[in-house]
Amino acid sequence: MNSARADAVNGGQRSPRFIDWIDARFPLTKMLKEHVTEYYAAKNFNVWYVFGVLAFVVLIIQLLTGIWLTMNYKPAAADAFASVEYIMRDVEWGWLIRYMHSTGASAFFIVVYLHMFRGMMYGSYKPPRELLWIIGMLIYLALMAEGFFGYLLPWGQMSYWGAQVIVSLFGAVPLVGDALVEWIRGDFYISDITLNRFFALHVIAVPLALVMLVVVHILALHETGSLGPDGIEIKEKKGPDGIPLDGVAFHPYLTSKDLVAIVIFLILFSGVIFFAPEMGGYFLEHANFEPANRLKTPEHIAPVWYFTPFYAILRAVPSKGLGALLMFMAIVVLFLLPWLDRCKVKSIRYRGWTFKIALTVFAVSFVALGYLGLMPATETYVLLARIFAGLYFAFFLFMPLYTSMEKTKPVPERVVFHD
Amino acid sequence: MSEESGLSRRRFLTVATTVVGVTGAAFTAVPFLASWKPSARAQAAGAPVQVDISKLETGAMVRLEWRGRPVWILRRSADMLERMSQVVDQLSDPDSIESEQPGYTQNETRSVKPEVLVVIGTCTHLGCAPIERFDVAPEDLGPAWEGGFYCPCHGSKFDLAGRVYSGVPAPTNLPVPPHRYVGDNLIIIGEDTGASV
Amino acid sequence: MLKRETAHRWGVAAAVALLLTAAPVFAASEYPLQPAGNDVGNIPSLQRGARNFINYCMGCHSAQYVRYNRLAEDLGIREDQVIDNLMFAADKPQETMTVAMPAGDAERWFGQSPPDLSLIARSRGTDYLYTFLKSFYVEDGRPTGVNNLVLANASMPHVLWELQGEQRAVFEVKTATDSEGIEYTRTVFKELELVKPGRLSPEEYDRFVRDIVNFLDYVGEPMQLQRTRLGVWVIVFLLVFGLFAYLLKNEIWKDVK
Repeated sequence: MNSARADAVNGGQRSPRFIDWIDARFPLTKMLKEHVTEYYAAKNFNVWYVFGVLAFVVLIIQLLTGIWLTMNYKPAAADAFASVEYIMRDVEWGWLIRYMHSTGASAFFIVVYLHMFRGMMYGSYKPPRELLWIIGMLIYLALMAEGFFGYLLPWGQMSYWGAQVIVSLFGAVPLVGDALVEWIRGDFYISDITLNRFFALHVIAVPLALVMLVVVHILALHETGSLGPDGIEIKEKKGPDGIPLDGVAFHPYLTSKDLVAIVIFLILFSGVIFFAPEMGGYFLEHANFEPANRLKTPEHIAPVWYFTPFYAILRAVPSKGLGALLMFMAIVVLFLLPWLDRCKVKSIRYRGWTFKIALTVFAVSFVALGYLGLMPATETYVLLARIFAGLYFAFFLFMPLYTSMEKTKPVPERVVFHD
Repeated sequence: MSEESGLSRRRFLTVATTVVGVTGAAFTAVPFLASWKPSARAQAAGAPVQVDISKLETGAMVRLEWRGRPVWILRRSADMLERMSQVVDQLSDPDSIESEQPGYTQNETRSVKPEVLVVIGTCTHLGCAPIERFDVAPEDLGPAWEGGFYCPCHGSKFDLAGRVYSGVPAPTNLPVPPHRYVGDNLIIIGEDTGASV
Repeated sequence: MLKRETAHRWGVAAAVALLLTAAPVFAASEYPLQPAGNDVGNIPSLQRGARNFINYCMGCHSAQYVRYNRLAEDLGIREDQVIDNLMFAADKPQETMTVAMPAGDAERWFGQSPPDLSLIARSRGTDYLYTFLKSFYVEDGRPTGVNNLVLANASMPHVLWELQGEQRAVFEVKTATDSEGIEYTRTVFKELELVKPGRLSPEEYDRFVRDIVNFLDYVGEPMQLQRTRLGVWVIVFLLVFGLFAYLLKNEIWKDVK
């Protein structure tokens, strides 16, 4: 009911408030009700449901610290490395802003991987949320691109050589491979030109896409409503007032609960920033404290930890072309999850033992591949990578089979608390 | 527990959490805002500059740069100082009330040592560089000109103490930078003791 | 049901923990590294290290990201002391620690330009630097007359030879049998032997090197002490904030069944 009609009902007695002025011109109260104060979600969300909002928090952190770094960073090959040290030493509090950004990058992937795993456990990708999952996967792709472009910017040894390896992968594309690589680089080798364009992509193009995708992602979620750890639709059981019986309003229930999670996250985040910003060389790699040198290859080139599972798959295949293809397929196959999974039951709580084992195998394989991607490609490690890559793909390829004959448990009518 | 005390406990916790949260946000804002202050590199580039004026002849002027601005040091002759006192009634702000200079140079000669003028050579109108015109009563500047600086952009005139003439576009006298003497011949531009020598 | 989920959770956590402990992250050196054992909080050590670095290393190596005035502030040295005792290639304390050796000449003389050392402690690690400076040994035929166990065929001369003295590498011949039962011999490095003592005793030399490495550790990240100090307060604050947030959450949720 808009303010004009409210006034008519009261006989025009209520004095106009500022919020009414806004509402007549922009659906502020309507949006707040629909998406915050009268948006209902399951009341039994467990800890796995916290990673979505944490991803949002990290996005804000990266945007803010990123903007501030751009104020002092110089995107030219001759100046980039020195400008990072300028930020670290000469700019007041520059070191803190830098560490927040470098830690935030890794934190983003930790949180996003856990968020995706929650989706796999509780069937968040199942109908009618397939599009939600697809949008999420697009966000994941954009995030990987953002990380890749951003990593070149410090212009250290690992920045340079990591980019060199990944860009040259595109040479595996048949027919146009070499031209494609030259087109991406803008030069005959990774140079100042490449750096400048990666800077533009990292600072504006991909962040814009990311923010738009996140908005679309949340809108898609609100259209279907959130699922819960029991995988039941709370909107199917409403009370006489139209409010789902198992629902709680996002504000103040989930906002207050998420606040606790955010603080715990910030404690861990601060722990890293202030006490171990390099995180043993995983978040800030040691080789990257050496300026990029085109004529000196580091002993051991590895991508940053969050890319290593796919890197391991790449290296597992003896052929460069097939390896790149398989690596690409490893991501594509995630997109297909809503259609590969034939089981009608959404949550792992009520699914058969076959899926539980399969998902465990998948998780173990992903982590194992991540570890192997960090290691040098010795015979044993390559063999192991082949085994785990096989298991990774088996999870998806055989899914239509083992999910259609699952022995599921009866799904409850109302949510179950596990405390 | 009655509903009343429940509501007030809830309100207390909401307020308390909000207050602590806002405090945290304020602390978090500090590094971002402080990072805008001049960095160590800016401070290094803007560090005080030392000038040795032992070789500076009377009537001669030396130019240097400090913090991106031109600094002029002029050793005025006794004659120049005398002529300065004659143009006071033509000046817009002879007592340097509106203009920018350290307290120890707010005097008739606008300097620490009467004969040595240290001034920023940027016209206070729109930032052009005035030209030295130490000649007396030239044709273009008229018989009342006793020497000083003339800005070619819009015709502003300043005397030998950098004081602005009335009726010209420039609003204030040429600024004097903070400076101090080490001995008789060494001037440090950009540093002062806060008091006069 | 619940147990599976929890087991799952712990399994993933354990796998991640394993990952973190296992991978080597510094560029690997064949020779086992000795722990540097330096303490960046030890200001006298940093002061000695600064003096050692400037007197022995800055002939060739710059520390181009370090400003003298910052050094003075962090190490508790007065600016005039810095100017008198530490600044040989610079005029003003705001300047950075650059060296006079032109890069082109350096490459001609040594085969490669002596690298800037501002970040060497972060890229190589303090243990590497400590062991490197202690592992020079005499080897005929090399342009510098020495070789190094940590960095084979290093182009750097043993700058500190007067202090450490001369070391010789002792090799021994070992026999072994391969997988087919055939005996073979290998010449294997055994140990370093001090054949000519230097001006410092081995313990004094170790401390001398440790001070330099400590200084380089500081130079790599000058704000590290402030970082950890501030971190304590940040976490304390967050714990307090977290407590309030938790109490508020419980209060809001107390009616939910």
